[in-house]
Amino acid sequence: MVEENQGLSKMIELTIDDKKVVAKEGDSILKVARENKIYIPALCYLEGVSSFGGCRVCVVEIKGSTRVFASCVTPVSEGMEVITDSERLRRYRKWAIELLLAERPHVCSVCVANGSCELQQLATELGVDHLRVEREWTNYELDLTHERFAYDPNRCILCTRCIRVCDEIEGVHTIDLMFRGKNSKVIFDLDDKWSFAESCTSCGKCSAVCPVGALYVKGKPHSEVKKKELVSFVISRRIEKTIG
Amino acid sequence: MKPDELRNLAQREAELRKSYRYRINVCCSSGCMPFGALKVLSAFKDAVKELGVEEECYVARTGCIGTCSIAPAVLVEPGDYLYQNVTTDKVKEIVKEHIVNGRPVKEMLYGNEAYFKKQLRIVLRNAGKIDPLRIEDYIAVGGYYALLKALTRMTPEGVIEEVALSGLKGRGGAGFLTGLKWRYVARATGSPKYVIANLDEGDPGVFANRTLAEADPHAIIEGMAIAAYAVGASKGYIYVRSEYPLAVETLKKAIEAARSMGFLGEKIFETVFSFDIELRLGAGAFVAGEETAILASIEGRRAMPRPRPPYPAHSGLWGKPTLINNVETFANVPVILLKGSEWFASIGVKNCTGTKCFSLTGKVNNPGLIEVPMGITLGEVVFEIGGGVPPGRKFKAVQVGGPSGGFLPENLLNLPIDYESLNKAGAIMGSGGIVVLDDTSCMVDTAKFFTEFCVDESCGKCVPCRAGLYKLYKILDGFTRGKGSLEDLNKVEELCEFIKEASLCGLGQTAPNPTLTTLKYFRDEYIAHIVEKKCPAGKCFKNGGGESGVE
Amino acid sequence: MPDTGFQQVGLKVDRRLTLLENAIKKHQYKKDALLEILHTAQELYGYLDRSLLTYISKLLRLPPSHVYGVATFYNLFKLKKPGAHVVTVCMGTACYVKGAEEIVSTIEKEFNFKRGETTEDGRLSLFVTRCIGACAMAPNAIVDGETIGKATPEEVLKKIRTILEAAKVEAR
Repeated sequence: MVEENQGLSKMIELTIDDKKVVAKEGDSILKVARENKIYIPALCYLEGVSSFGGCRVCVVEIKGSTRVFASCVTPVSEGMEVITDSERLRRYRKWAIELLLAERPHVCSVCVANGSCELQQLATELGVDHLRVEREWTNYELDLTHERFAYDPNRCILCTRCIRVCDEIEGVHTIDLMFRGKNSKVIFDLDDKWSFAESCTSCGKCSAVCPVGALYVKGKPHSEVKKKELVSFVISRRIEKTIG
Repeated sequence: MKPDELRNLAQREAELRKSYRYRINVCCSSGCMPFGALKVLSAFKDAVKELGVEEECYVARTGCIGTCSIAPAVLVEPGDYLYQNVTTDKVKEIVKEHIVNGRPVKEMLYGNEAYFKKQLRIVLRNAGKIDPLRIEDYIAVGGYYALLKALTRMTPEGVIEEVALSGLKGRGGAGFLTGLKWRYVARATGSPKYVIANLDEGDPGVFANRTLAEADPHAIIEGMAIAAYAVGASKGYIYVRSEYPLAVETLKKAIEAARSMGFLGEKIFETVFSFDIELRLGAGAFVAGEETAILASIEGRRAMPRPRPPYPAHSGLWGKPTLINNVETFANVPVILLKGSEWFASIGVKNCTGTKCFSLTGKVNNPGLIEVPMGITLGEVVFEIGGGVPPGRKFKAVQVGGPSGGFLPENLLNLPIDYESLNKAGAIMGSGGIVVLDDTSCMVDTAKFFTEFCVDESCGKCVPCRAGLYKLYKILDGFTRGKGSLEDLNKVEELCEFIKEASLCGLGQTAPNPTLTTLKYFRDEYIAHIVEKKCPAGKCFKNGGGESGVE
Repeated sequence: MPDTGFQQVGLKVDRRLTLLENAIKKHQYKKDALLEILHTAQELYGYLDRSLLTYISKLLRLPPSHVYGVATFYNLFKLKKPGAHVVTVCMGTACYVKGAEEIVSTIEKEFNFKRGETTEDGRLSLFVTRCIGACAMAPNAIVDGETIGKATPEEVLKKIRTILEAAKVEAR
């Protein structure tokens, strides 16, 4: 059950979808797969910040175990045999996306992220053409108080990318979650209106990493914000890592 | 404290105990307190004085005797005469007849011998018989001897070996071998190491851990100290629900007493071993009982579980090797060391040794706290110890394992209680809750109730548990209001599979159990709700909705 | 029972503030003592309002959102002022099976508010809790600290009325 820890940068061998790959021990399955150009769909995962393991879209099977594992938070180990695609995995991923879509009123046609939304893309990719469960019509108040950014909790999928980027890269931790379970909500400071959140530096990283249309830049196409700025943040993070 | 001092103190205390002909134990646990136990206690003290039998009769404030249905309960030793529903006006008569005249008052006694017959009290060995607030009481019955033995006559590896040989498994529910867990922590590199006792018993209807802490706190403390010695830890935490004020208070005082006697602190028993315990209060989050969530909570964060590995044994509190066991597991340890692993392994069944405490509640004649050897059948517990369902009612199902335990029907009453058999049947050992349902309970409504509980308690981190359980609840709620079709049953099963398999932690992974087992064993009730729009138990469809139908 | 004398004071310097500061000092301003500090603060002030949370976040050097996130995660912490009198109904399994829901809905109907809320006049709060552990005496309700075992809706309602009536008389 508990694997022995034998140093950090040891290289190990494992197979992903019958392909033999070499990886650094301790790296996540998702990271290793991506390095080897093996595609695993993922949603809450964001390169450059810590992994959360919440969305369960990146689940994989590991031979010898009956469970499925979130590949973004499961470290590789010697001799591991990973399966990234199966009927069962596709079924689970579909459920995850469907449940997210049904959790709050995600109506693409009226959403700023329409066309550049990661949830939407995954829904298409996984063949989610209808919802088997009833949609919730949450009625959270929109926060348009910030001069440059906007926040619509009704579109939030609680992936916590914004929280992680605000804490780990910008280093201010303005954003966090309040309440728990299905009532969880992304908040600024003490659940303040955005413009009153004193700790916010207005850096915009949160809106750049938001996979959906919950946090966005006012008056700018979502696609533009995401493509350009996301890349630069990730690069800056990498430079930091190399220097540090 | 020196080893000799412990022996002398124990002897003195034992003699003191012997000098009294009678001992009146008044249960002052959370179960009896609300019903005037403290008043009864002082009435006994007064009556004993008044009738001039102070010298020969000791009145003790004790923890739970286990018979919560007859609160306040009073136990008179010798002979274990158990008086039921003792009110202040009955006190004088009991003292006069039983103590002065030596004639137990038969009509006030709890006549139910079967309740205790099938029980075996190891963890609860002292419950109801010692004053939890008097450390001397614990010492008088051999307390802290096991710690002395471990520190002076055993190596840490020897202690682990003894626990491993006993076959003791984690009593928190998952049933991982305790000895093995200890070995992982002992071998892990990193310092300091921590020991955590889990007393975050948030399951509705389960009060076994609380009762243990209220009745015999030193058994937990001693077990923790032994574990700390075995794994090389110097600091321990007891994480306790703040909803248990009496348990918190009792533990607090017990820790202080143990400290002042030198069982905690620096250089215990003049060895090089040092260990201290701090109490940490939960704040109303069931999920905080999960191994990794408890860590987050003690570190002052939202109690959200994280994936394992790394296991707490390697990277626990503040990234250090940490041993987390349930309080019941710890309470087993001193006895194992004193009586030996062989003795312990002889109790229960193969692969599942020892006993388990259960809170027996619901529609059963004798609810209360019981401790039974592993391998006892459900039927024995429900009908022999519990006395069956109330007169005129029919047994329907028994739920084992708390909110995420499965419901088992009548034809499974022969099922032995052990981790494997329960899992196979779709139930779990959980933290030890047994709830009996009779024919007035609707299985759909009950499944809904437990799903709602898990919805409320989900931390919200992973999608299956956060969003999936809520959808499951909505569908079940629909059934109790006449919505839904037979195809929905397949959908429910598919959704349950996803939640069970893809959730991050044990809460989500077990939360569909009530639904899955009721669907498996009581499918006809679902069909009655959906097709005939009828509730066989007559619970649902009231005022346009189910019982809990508040819009 | 008289009003507990609870008043919102903002954060003026008083004994409570001193006690809170002492508690924080005792924990050496450690961030991981947040839960302990919140417990202490709630004990002293009755509930955790914004000024209190801001103050704690400053002293422990924790982001306000983190403090708020923790305070709202755990059910026990109250962010709103509770009513002068409190009824808590146990909704543990045993109590539910034996009809606790009926007690709750009766009170809700009678006083026209919902569980978790306080009446408009601030006189009564209704909470449900998960198992107080007196399962053998189920269903249980606690009215201003006094446990009623094997409770019926009528009995609990009567008790509430008596308490509210007594408070009225006292106020005169």
